[in-house]
Amino acid sequence: MHSTRYIYTFVLIMTTVVAVVLAGMNTFLKPIHQANEAVFNKRAVLKSVKGTAAVDALSDEEVVAEFKNVTQMVVNMNGDTFNPEQVKAARNFKDKPGMAEDLDLAKEKKKDEKDRLHPLYVFDNGGKKTYVTAVRGSGLWDEIWGYIALDADKNTIVGTSFDHKGETPGLGAEIKDNPTFPLSFVGKKIRNTKGEFVSVLVKKGGADKTNLHAVDGISGATVTCDGVTEMLERGLKYYEPALAKK
Amino acid sequence: MAETAVQEKEPLFGKKERKLLTDPLDSNNPVTVQVLGICSALAVTTLTFKALVMSVAVVFVCGFAALITSLLRNMIPSQVRMIVQLVIIAGLVTIVELSLKALNYPVYKDLSVFIGLIITNCIVMGRLEAFSLANKPWRSFLDGIGNGLGYGLILIIIAVIREIFGKGTLMAGSPFGQFNIIGASNETMSYMINTAAEGSWFSWYTNNGLMVLPASSMFIIGIIIWVQRSWNKELVDIS
Repeated sequence: MHSTRYIYTFVLIMTTVVAVVLAGMNTFLKPIHQANEAVFNKRAVLKSVKGTAAVDALSDEEVVAEFKNVTQMVVNMNGDTFNPEQVKAARNFKDKPGMAEDLDLAKEKKKDEKDRLHPLYVFDNGGKKTYVTAVRGSGLWDEIWGYIALDADKNTIVGTSFDHKGETPGLGAEIKDNPTFPLSFVGKKIRNTKGEFVSVLVKKGGADKTNLHAVDGISGATVTCDGVTEMLERGLKYYEPALAKK
Repeated sequence: MAETAVQEKEPLFGKKERKLLTDPLDSNNPVTVQVLGICSALAVTTLTFKALVMSVAVVFVCGFAALITSLLRNMIPSQVRMIVQLVIIAGLVTIVELSLKALNYPVYKDLSVFIGLIITNCIVMGRLEAFSLANKPWRSFLDGIGNGLGYGLILIIIAVIREIFGKGTLMAGSPFGQFNIIGASNETMSYMINTAAEGSWFSWYTNNGLMVLPASSMFIIGIIIWVQRSWNKELVDIS
């Protein structure tokens, strides 16, 4: 049997050693982690414009280079635009430049609707503009999010990419894993012929092909699909004033 | 403690040492015989590459946790030994997590909580309690590595089956590229399916949705246990 003093000393020394090693390692690897995370997020945005397979084929350097041609904007639900300095001040960023990609969208979602900042990426492809909006909502188990790319008419969807935190593989996770799901949004319109905002519905049991405002749902993933519907309707609406001003 | 006395003749890879490494692969497998670590075997086996990364992580954690525990075994106060083991395991798991986040971010995102959950994997803690606390460092290290490999072996077998039949691919998402084996993901097959007449034999395979669900690994583990017991009669428990 060891004395109480010995136990305390042992545990204290041991935890200190482990803490120092881990803290050191974390500090040392942090720049790499941040760079990886930035590329990962850039890929998600690019996927909505170029498609998953094309972006997966790009190297990290190519992704960063590609992203240099993208105009990054930060807007709020009233359509006001924020410059990087204002974003930096509003969000207390210390080591980030305050671009659209620096926003932590999970944290933004927790804020009051009026205070939220939304990223808006503008791709310029030879004078033809593509607007990429970010939406975020809830699936069955946890958060789901996605990027929706809109054509220059700010109405037709040209591409989407979705991701999730913990949806069931084979069911809800199909929004990300099944390549046909994001593609089914291509060509759909978020406004009706009168120009009113109607969003796109993910329809249980399948949507009519001629319907411009609905896509097929995923069997066995009704809650996740309803989450996508809700996320699109609410999320795209935040961008309406900002897009109208462009 | 008795084992502190130096014993003569302890070869680096004697019969006993080899047994420590190979036993957990078959007759003392942590998954199929001791039925430990099932939770992660269900969760991370949808893709082979994910399972491979998970296996490497468990081998690393298991091996080094056993080594460190064994080195400290005479110093660890027995009253707090579980907590000390937990600190060692948690430290190693965090090292793995930080390294993976730097090396392959998409896989880190995919495995999410399951790397962290190695801490609660009964295999690691079980081996530390049962073996490392009473054995010398080198042997404990081999025992840890062996058990990690035994777990990894089963994980990879399950993942290969699930990925081929569930997605038609092998090693999808790995930096080495993926192989398209069967079904629509295979270009030749996809061409044949699309051009073949309705009902011809080319159109027989569509990806099996069950294989992607966690339940399928339960079935596969069951089948593996059955197959293993039908050739290794020692495991059959007649009572």
